[in-house]
Amino acid sequence: MNNLELKKLANQIRKGIVTGVHEAKAGHPGGSLGCADCVTYLYFEEMNIDPKNPKMDSRDRFVLSKGHNAPALYSAMAHRGYFPVEELKTLRKLGSHLQGHPCMQHVPGIDMSSGSLGQGISAAVGMALAGKLDNKDYRVYTLLGDGEIQEGQVWEASMFAGHRKLDNLCVIVDNNGLQIDGSVEDVCSPYPIGKKFEAFNFHVIEIDGHDFDALRKAFSEAKNTKGMPTCIILNTVKGKGVSFMENQASWHGTAPNDEQYAVAMADLEKIDEELAKEEA
Amino acid sequence: MADVKKIATRESYGNALVELGEKNKDVVVLDADLAAATKTGVFKKAFPDRHIDCGIAESNMVGIAAGLATCGKIPFVSSFAMFAAGRAFEQVRNSVGYPHLNVKIGATHAGISVGEDGASHQCNEDLALMRTIPGMVVMCPADDIEAKACVMAAAEHDGPVYMRFGRAACPVINDNPDYKFEIGKGTVVREGSDLTIVATGICVSAALEAAEMLEKDGVSAEVINICTIKPLDEELILASAKKTGKVVTAEEHSVIGGLGSAVCDTLSANYPVPVKKIGMQDMFGESGSAAALIEKYQLDGKGIYAQVKEFLA
Repeated sequence: MNNLELKKLANQIRKGIVTGVHEAKAGHPGGSLGCADCVTYLYFEEMNIDPKNPKMDSRDRFVLSKGHNAPALYSAMAHRGYFPVEELKTLRKLGSHLQGHPCMQHVPGIDMSSGSLGQGISAAVGMALAGKLDNKDYRVYTLLGDGEIQEGQVWEASMFAGHRKLDNLCVIVDNNGLQIDGSVEDVCSPYPIGKKFEAFNFHVIEIDGHDFDALRKAFSEAKNTKGMPTCIILNTVKGKGVSFMENQASWHGTAPNDEQYAVAMADLEKIDEELAKEEA
Repeated sequence: MADVKKIATRESYGNALVELGEKNKDVVVLDADLAAATKTGVFKKAFPDRHIDCGIAESNMVGIAAGLATCGKIPFVSSFAMFAAGRAFEQVRNSVGYPHLNVKIGATHAGISVGEDGASHQCNEDLALMRTIPGMVVMCPADDIEAKACVMAAAEHDGPVYMRFGRAACPVINDNPDYKFEIGKGTVVREGSDLTIVATGICVSAALEAAEMLEKDGVSAEVINICTIKPLDEELILASAKKTGKVVTAEEHSVIGGLGSAVCDTLSANYPVPVKKIGMQDMFGESGSAAALIEKYQLDGKGIYAQVKEFLA
């Protein structure tokens, strides 16, 4: 898929995010929109997966450690064909398989239940370790928030991954700079993130998380890095694509009302139009 | 019971894992720098590639086990009860229990028989914590034979299992050719008609001693060994309560939330009878030898006997 196709797809995935959260009247649009490009890249370019065979033994694994960004994961999975896109409207509703945070028992294709921050990365490390024990060549990806890495368990897992030289593991940190109580720098600074992962024996790559060329290059570099796990730091804009949500901590876990939803969808439509122009 | 063979159930855990490891290559054992104490060192020696030392990081260890389980491994997570059930409670709840993953937790050094290390390491809350997690099987074996049977049954069971083992040597009471183990099934280890003592773990042999003493006073005590705290053998307990009309529970655990609470839950719902809960009475332990502590907190035969007499008075 070329960059333009990926951009168009990412915009559809963003619409799915906003629509799901609006329908649910609850959820986490800010981070979901911010990581949408990366999740799109993973599900449409990077990972060896088959929606028709979600438990395929040789598949690459993905653990959304920042589980509150489930709307991004669900939207990407729906667009990839794991379940109908229409079902995104059932997000967080009673009886829906789209729980507020990812649940592997409810949705085939979700490799690990998550939501309690800091835990997903450990499960991803376990999956990478299983791959090494069994000499399998699948890769494991896990996406964390920059606020999430304040959890001590993240560093327990990183120490282990570095120690075991799990080069089949790619840890991705979504550095949007914001968490519920404000900027991560003000709340409890995790910076410098890269140096911390380097100290735990990771290969570290820092990129613009909205640049598909950069994503392509970074994931390729991660794959070619042997003898150590890779950490990709994505510099992103929380709320990316929706004008009034961009870089606003207040949109971390708030759903748009009907009026705001209309503005958000109009913003995304505008992006569609620009991409159409680019294509022409 | 001085002439009875005694083995700590943590030893049984390690030995059973070796046996299991030979049969099933998917079995992996995880430790958090305590392999020497959890007795999994024997597994490490036999299968070094399948023993994973996670360092002193129990929360991460539980998460790694969850990830391994999603890939078809049968991980046995080993640590002290305090850290496996206590420190890593939320990881067990969210990364293992909620997705119902096939992770087995072997928690050693449970209860006050940890001894000299003192209250910080004496976990009297693990059964209560683990019992609250939906789908979790909770077992507390009474001796070496039952502990090994637990490990084998846990490996066969599809889903999360918590097993509680002790540090101190305890009498082997199930050494008979008819012994059978099944998850969720209790056993009447002594028949009686005046009261029922429902015991778990090291309190089973103590309850048998207490029953002998009671016999001399003309009191006929039925003793039930409940290894599986969850799911509880309600049928067996109710049948005995209907026969005797009085129930005493005995456990090396807080009287809040463990075996005693589980038994009360089923009795109060189905056949209410007077109950006396023997265990740690909402208090922390302290340093001392295992034997001295068990005696002080009245969890030995003599202590159970005295508390039953009080209950009957």
